[in-house]
Amino acid sequence: MDAIILQILNGLDKGSAYALIALGLTLIFGTLGVVNFAHGALFMIGAFCAVTLQKLLSLSYVVIDETKTDFMGNPLKVQAPYVEKWFGPEIGEAIINWSVPLAILFSIPVMLAIGVAVERGLIKYFYRRPHADQILVTYGLAIVLQEIIKYFYGANPIPTPAPPAFAGSVDLGVALGFDPNAIIYPSWRLIYFAFAALIIGGVFSFLQFTTFGMVVRAGMADRETVGLLGINIDRRFTIMFGIAAAVAGLAGVMYAPINSPNYHMGMDFLVLSFVVVVVGGMGSLPGAVLAGFLLGILESFASTTWATTTIPGINQVIIYLVAIIVLLTRPRGLMGRKGVMED
Amino acid sequence: MLGLNGRDTTLLVIVAALALLAPFILNPFPTDSGLAQFNAGYPDLMQRFAIFGIFVIGFNILFGLTGYLSFGHAAFLGVGSYAAVWIFKLFTYNVVPAILFSVVIGAIFALAIGFISLRRSGIYFSILTLAFAQMSFALAYSVLSNPKFNLTNGETGLQVYADDPQMFHGDHLPNLPHLFGLSMRANYEMSVGAWDFNFNAGYYVCAALLLIMFYLSMRIFRSPFGMMLRAIKSNQTRMTYTGLNARPYALAAFVISGMYAGLAGGLMAAVDPLAGAERMQWTASGEVVLMAILGGTGTLIGPILGAGFIKYFENIFSKINDNVLHGWFAFLPDGLEDFIVAILHPFIGKGWHLTLGILFMLVVIFLPGGLVEGGQRIGRLFRRKSGKDDAEKATQSTPAE
Repeated sequence: MDAIILQILNGLDKGSAYALIALGLTLIFGTLGVVNFAHGALFMIGAFCAVTLQKLLSLSYVVIDETKTDFMGNPLKVQAPYVEKWFGPEIGEAIINWSVPLAILFSIPVMLAIGVAVERGLIKYFYRRPHADQILVTYGLAIVLQEIIKYFYGANPIPTPAPPAFAGSVDLGVALGFDPNAIIYPSWRLIYFAFAALIIGGVFSFLQFTTFGMVVRAGMADRETVGLLGINIDRRFTIMFGIAAAVAGLAGVMYAPINSPNYHMGMDFLVLSFVVVVVGGMGSLPGAVLAGFLLGILESFASTTWATTTIPGINQVIIYLVAIIVLLTRPRGLMGRKGVMED
Repeated sequence: MLGLNGRDTTLLVIVAALALLAPFILNPFPTDSGLAQFNAGYPDLMQRFAIFGIFVIGFNILFGLTGYLSFGHAAFLGVGSYAAVWIFKLFTYNVVPAILFSVVIGAIFALAIGFISLRRSGIYFSILTLAFAQMSFALAYSVLSNPKFNLTNGETGLQVYADDPQMFHGDHLPNLPHLFGLSMRANYEMSVGAWDFNFNAGYYVCAALLLIMFYLSMRIFRSPFGMMLRAIKSNQTRMTYTGLNARPYALAAFVISGMYAGLAGGLMAAVDPLAGAERMQWTASGEVVLMAILGGTGTLIGPILGAGFIKYFENIFSKINDNVLHGWFAFLPDGLEDFIVAILHPFIGKGWHLTLGILFMLVVIFLPGGLVEGGQRIGRLFRRKSGKDDAEKATQSTPAE
């Protein structure tokens, strides 16, 4: 029992990332009808927002510490971050340690701006072109974004630690009534899951309970009629693109401590997220979230020693296998609406 | 000639001339001159031109004619490479059986994957092929290289070792892939004045196959079968209503393009007896899509242009470095020179992917028909100019209104 719960928990963090990216992809597909291959790159840029903020906050100047000497007998030079100078050593250190959560605030405007810029500058011209063209141009965009990041940050992964308060693990087994040490789980992954749930809940309630969201949903159902009612649906859809970019970006920011960001992390997630979207059903938001978690958990179960000894390599292919089976038996996906992209 | 009409014969002759004279054409600059870095006439690169040309021609038969966008074509290339290296390991270094076997394996794989994937169309087809290719990649990378059953040799890549059986390997034969004794690395260097031209056996094998494959694709394009494939692209529903089942045609196209890819993979192993899993990764599949689009899908010559264009610029841009740039802009004042070099720096050397991405985006945005459409537009521009002259003459004689 505890082993099963442990595997479910292990699947949750990857599942959360899949779900968040797939949610953004589905938002874009559902509103604009565009298949966005650059979404993985947006996730990656989010992660690099965290990297950037951490680097900015730890910008340092050199002070000479008169009290200590180095091995040559000269006064020791110490790197002192500016924030510690401005806010005092304790608050300054805390700010640096908490740079990843702080990057959430930093990344939202950045990602919204990038999203709106991409939509207005590029995607707008591709509404009437075939899906293949949209895939190709966003694929090109993904390459360009990726290479720009590579140019500025290099090709190596950049470790971006979580705040020390969440660096350790928690013993969830005790809380759930199992033996101690049965289920030990890194705290940051729990945070990631909670954060993902929060974002997903936020997006859904935004669509469900605000006037703006209502109009967007109406536009997703019938764009033309909404336009005829005198509503500028294009502008709202642009904003939705920005929001989808921000969701991907936030997923990336919070993922940075789990996996040190490198420039091609987006591509790795993109392929899987597409599979997730298709399994969940093109254009279905709950489907994307459900399939994201489902596939994440399935992947984690397939990685157990038992599974890999029974069927070697199952952990590598499980997601694709599921996708193939779903596509062949139920092409509209788990929760896809009848008739949407069903051929 | 050969069942082609006049225009196609001309095209075939042009391609044949380009392919056979490539060592001259691609080496226009003297070896010691500053421009020698733009030369592409060395064996390695010419082989890549021909191999990727074959690969993209095959991809174009599927994507250009039927409109099915496969995002997993590199899988066939990969299995083709593995198949060829296994022939090298078990039987002989002769490339003929290796290439034949890689084509057969490519076809079998394409038949299996195509049979399942073609049940869906549009984006679902893309995702299915992508899923299959990624599965093949993951399996080749990890599971199929365990000590008990080592089919792919995992991360190291499959290669020929000294203790491999090589049953039919004669002692007098070269210890490298060869064509009935002629080593694929055999190279004849001809020096004419300041120029050095390389004639490489491996390249000519690839080029000959490229020509045969180009001819085949031409025949397919012009055949009733090709017409059916076009019908799938333009309106599959209507095709079904006229009583034709589209799936066998699409499957045939898929298998043919898989065979082309298998052949390309076999050739890749033939010029360099090594097969790695990274050839199957989805970025490799993306590259062939890039080449096809850049050249112009659905055209005959487009795929070759696209493959050549990308491979050439990949090579050239990655070779240029800051020193070369400083050399070019040396005539400018120092400050301006440094400024220009600093601006160009991200686009060259290791950054050539960025240049490629931008180029690709520009082509998709402004030239959906690829380089071929670009050429046609330029051609039309000239024709219209001459046409305008005629029109002007006509209006001069009879003033309007």
